[in-house]
Amino acid sequence: MLDKLKNKIDTYSLLRVFCAILIAYTCTIIIIFTFSKVPFTAMYKFFLGPFTSKRNFFNVVETAIPLLFAGLALNVIQKGGLTNLIADGALYMGAVIASVAAISLSLPKGIHAAVAIAMASLVGGLITLIPAIIKKFTGAWEMVVAIMLNTVFFYVGQYIINSKYLDEVAGYASYKFAKTSKLGHLISGTQMHYGFIIVIIVFILVYILMEKTLFGYDLKIVGVNMRYAKNAGINVFKVVMLSQFIGGCIAGMGGAVEVLGIYDRFLWVNQVSFVWDAILINILAGEKTANIPLTAFFFSFIRVGAGIMSRGTDLDQEIVAIIQAIIIFLVSAERFMYTYKIKREQKAALMEKDRILTQQQTEVL
Amino acid sequence: MEFLANPTFWFAVIRSMTPVLLTAMGASIARKAGLVNLSHEGVMLVSALAGVMGSAYTGSLLAGMICGVFFAVAIELLMAYFTLILKSDIVITGVAINLAAAGGTVFVMYSAIQDRGVSAKLYSLSYPTVELPFIKEIPFLGQILSGHNILTYMAFLMIIVVYIFIYKTTYGKKIRAVGQSPEAAASVGINVVKVQTVAFFLCGIFVAFGGMFLSMGYMTMFTANMTAGRGFIALAATNMAGGNPLGAFAGAFVYGFSYSLANYLQNANIFPLEAIMAFPYLFIVLVYALFSWFDRRRNKESQPF
Repeated sequence: MLDKLKNKIDTYSLLRVFCAILIAYTCTIIIIFTFSKVPFTAMYKFFLGPFTSKRNFFNVVETAIPLLFAGLALNVIQKGGLTNLIADGALYMGAVIASVAAISLSLPKGIHAAVAIAMASLVGGLITLIPAIIKKFTGAWEMVVAIMLNTVFFYVGQYIINSKYLDEVAGYASYKFAKTSKLGHLISGTQMHYGFIIVIIVFILVYILMEKTLFGYDLKIVGVNMRYAKNAGINVFKVVMLSQFIGGCIAGMGGAVEVLGIYDRFLWVNQVSFVWDAILINILAGEKTANIPLTAFFFSFIRVGAGIMSRGTDLDQEIVAIIQAIIIFLVSAERFMYTYKIKREQKAALMEKDRILTQQQTEVL
Repeated sequence: MEFLANPTFWFAVIRSMTPVLLTAMGASIARKAGLVNLSHEGVMLVSALAGVMGSAYTGSLLAGMICGVFFAVAIELLMAYFTLILKSDIVITGVAINLAAAGGTVFVMYSAIQDRGVSAKLYSLSYPTVELPFIKEIPFLGQILSGHNILTYMAFLMIIVVYIFIYKTTYGKKIRAVGQSPEAAASVGINVVKVQTVAFFLCGIFVAFGGMFLSMGYMTMFTANMTAGRGFIALAATNMAGGNPLGAFAGAFVYGFSYSLANYLQNANIFPLEAIMAFPYLFIVLVYALFSWFDRRRNKESQPF
């Protein structure tokens, strides 16, 4: 049992991630000491700020919700071997559709939110199919197509809001959402909303889908080697399309949950950029579905900490960008701590040899 | 539609396509060397800020230019080290650079002048505009072509230079060979790592000028996130053209045209503005899909899935 667990945990990857984070934090401390006049306050706020009050702590959870949605969406999409980065477009359109549903429908509480989220998911899923379909029929690289379409869908969303749902009184914002469509607050005195429960359920479902079903198994094979999968009799087209659709649904749902959970009106005037965060989350998680909540919370934690730091000191919160970049650079570098890996493998091989030798000797005796 | 006969409109088209065009030239070289370089957006931002700060603190345009190019090239070489030597995934490295640049420029600007939005407190120099001697006199054309920033003329010149470099020089052939098949290139004795590093280096120089045009030509200050997706448009235009600078020029032109059109029709209310703004992106997707389809027909490749 213990051996099985030992095999499951990849200590080498774990150590690499740990070292990368350590190096990034060291760099951060150096930056803080160079730029700030109050380095110790800044460090205290950055590292421990999220624990100083209930509000700050749940702020971490609440910031993590869209990151988790985007991370899970990209995880499912990428498993099929496509770098389809349209999650931003899907998320934005999801938010728009949910807002429209929240403004114009009138349904009882609970059902209203559910309908809005369901509509947003469907739209997100359909949008995500587009780059994959273009890839199939023309061979155009899905990543470039997706990045361009993200902007196109941003303008589509803007058009929908601007043409019909803009509240002239409120500056740039849509009409107020109906009260029945809002996701209620989970804990009073914080911004934490029921979206947290939704995202946990989505995570569990995705985990089961990826690890415990035939579809997840097929998808993994397709992602590793499409030609092999085809020859093995897997319906590759169906599996890929389904994975894109599911991923897109999650992204669209993320947009809907974010607007219905936090805002009273649709306020996103700028393009969102969750998909890049999603890439970082997936890299740090080693593209394993099970690790995604942990890494999403980690990124959320450093962001909230940096926000608290920027409000109390002379440093800007964007310091986070530098930390993230260092971590990602190191984690994605195959040769980072490569010699350590080689040495460890050599050591393991030597031990194996010793064991076999002693076994042979005992057999001879 | 009377704006089409208006020389100021066409002047604006050329002006607004310049940053995309300059960046696309760098992207073409990288694309031909087989590098999936996503970092243009971030590198543009960094050199836009570096140029402004360099010129503001030294009072010399040359120093600003050197500063902008230096940081761009430094980032590209860092990327080369990580992707070619340490074997990082190039897409992820590019994404990391973009994110680091978007936040890092704001962080540096805030640390320097306590402003998160604009660098108005810094007195930035800008690249001079040039009146073309004889062309200026031509009635309609002169108004369109003369009086642009010097970087705009450089950008147009570079289309030809990069084209010749890629297709007519020995080193260009090496770059294309590496891009098409690194293994085959290595087997005939080409140092793949060296060629790709040079491609990164050259790419950095062009992208640096693309970024600096924004903050020291188009405007005379740096604003947070001022690239606004131009790096990605340049990347997509290059991919659409398969790395051919002339094709990339077409992509940049469509961007400049739509951008100026949206500015012109802002108050006209005859056509949804969002559609015009979205047009270059949609155009690139459609043309890219069409070209890829032809390519695949020609090469008789099968569907991937």
